[in-house]
Amino acid sequence: MLSHESLQQIDREIAKYPHDQKQSAVMSALRIAQVEKGWLPKEVIEFVAGYLGMPAIAAYEVASFYNMYDLEPIGRHKITVCTNLPCALSGGVHAGEYLKEKLGIGFNETTPDGMFTLKEGECMGACGDAPVMLVNNHRMCSWMTKEKIDQMLAELESK
Amino acid sequence: MSASGLILAGLDGDRTWGLHDYVARGGYSALKKIIAEKIPPETIIAELKASSLRGRGGAGFPTGLKWSFMPRSFPGAKYLACNSDEGEPGTFKDRDILRYNPHAVIEGMTIAAYAMGCERGYNYIHGEIFDVYQRFEDALEEARAGGLLGQNILGSDFSFDLFAHHGYGAYICGEETALLESIEGKKGQPRFKPPFPASYGLYGKPTTINNTETFASVPFIINMGGEGFLNLGKPNNGGTKLFSVSGHVNRPGNFEVPMGMPFAELLEMAGGMRGGRKLKAVIPGGSSAPVLPGGVMMDCTMDYDSISKAGSMLGSGAVIVMDETTCMVKALERLSYFYFEESCGQCTPCREGTGWLYRVVHRIEHGLGRPDDLDLLNSVTGNIMGRTICALGDAASMPVQSFIKHFGSEFQYHIENKKCLVPPEVQYQGSQIYVRP
Repeated sequence: MLSHESLQQIDREIAKYPHDQKQSAVMSALRIAQVEKGWLPKEVIEFVAGYLGMPAIAAYEVASFYNMYDLEPIGRHKITVCTNLPCALSGGVHAGEYLKEKLGIGFNETTPDGMFTLKEGECMGACGDAPVMLVNNHRMCSWMTKEKIDQMLAELESK
Repeated sequence: MSASGLILAGLDGDRTWGLHDYVARGGYSALKKIIAEKIPPETIIAELKASSLRGRGGAGFPTGLKWSFMPRSFPGAKYLACNSDEGEPGTFKDRDILRYNPHAVIEGMTIAAYAMGCERGYNYIHGEIFDVYQRFEDALEEARAGGLLGQNILGSDFSFDLFAHHGYGAYICGEETALLESIEGKKGQPRFKPPFPASYGLYGKPTTINNTETFASVPFIINMGGEGFLNLGKPNNGGTKLFSVSGHVNRPGNFEVPMGMPFAELLEMAGGMRGGRKLKAVIPGGSSAPVLPGGVMMDCTMDYDSISKAGSMLGSGAVIVMDETTCMVKALERLSYFYFEESCGQCTPCREGTGWLYRVVHRIEHGLGRPDDLDLLNSVTGNIMGRTICALGDAASMPVQSFIKHFGSEFQYHIENKKCLVPPEVQYQGSQIYVRP
């Protein structure tokens, strides 16, 4: 179900916790699985649960509670823009509007070519860098002017 | 980022986070001194108490007192946790501490573990800052390789293991018992207290949780003595503090300044008001803290006691600045949406109440407000506050109450005239929250 490399990464996470507390690694294991698969189908969640020796429903509870897990297929690149108040005061909402216009989609939608999914995010703890967006959960992009958004989209399109 | 203060002093962005540079700045000297001189744990806790260090995550609880709650003679495992789940809108200080000075946190946690007899610790890092999590992992490797973490630290009989735990997007995990649930691999839903974590914490064992900045302050307190740290600030408000300034200023960013600095000076450090516009309102301690009118804020100093006297909270030190082009109804609508979205759903008053607050503020903003809506909002907040397991319900209520208290006439105008007091084009150009239809 998961590659040898992903399993090795999960094993490293398991080793951080007491030997009888493997479930503590579930958040990392789901993240690693999502990076490999692009999103988290139920079978993958079930596999992760089995790997950690926990009930599948407990792993699903975690996957559905934390909002960076994707339980539905998404575009090749997910862009999450923070529109919370401190970011909004420094252009976060305007950046979101510009992304919608450029991609021709609204929040929680995916472009017809399957390239981009656009999300509205809550506080990322980077308000001083507004406008801020997160690309594919792991790359934080700061001070995103229109020019920088254009560059970012062009770069992602080539990947 | 200011290069003054203690934690941020001498840092040069991404270039100086490593062990070598930290040691060159005097890093790990506090830990080395403690180990070499076999300083007793109670002496360390006494220094913490003398320093008047108060929790930097938002609650401002005296750190030394918290450490003294850990049962010294407990026979089994004891844990330490660092709360780096920084997601309170306006707060972005711990991210800078972790990426630019991670060893200060590691040293502070190691000293804490020594003082409380903890054998293992976890640093819970906010989900959205993956690069910071990776850097912290690298810093941990450096510390282990240098004999500063792990078995027999610096050749002594003291051992402590520290690991990074990565969150994945849930504001509620900044609540300390939700954070523990999350480390245990569960939904981050807060626990009933009591029992408090010092008696029943991670995996049911005694646990102490402190904020990133709190831990990062510890080595400096050991080096300069509790009284030296206290004297940097003012009585009952010891030391320096990082303030995250965001919103309508020319230079948003983190500024580490002595406690008690006048707000006007901090505003000046952040480059003053954007476009030279007039200050309207400030949320002085993160989005949960009551908003204060600009005029009140200009008379405050940046410390727990002054801000509390003015009717708000210093909280996490997140200063959100709003100028005269801001529609306060629109601003509150966005905050109320946040709490509605982030309520964990465990307690009915919060789960239902936050949705209610958002929908009522939303309809006022959109010209559908009713004459008794302000009474309704106050009634809903009254029915949330104090009736939930954790403080998220209170955190959702305090903005609503304070926005109505200080800017009630703006809400009334909205309800009566079905439009903003601040013209839309002024908002679009100025406050930037507004979107053209």
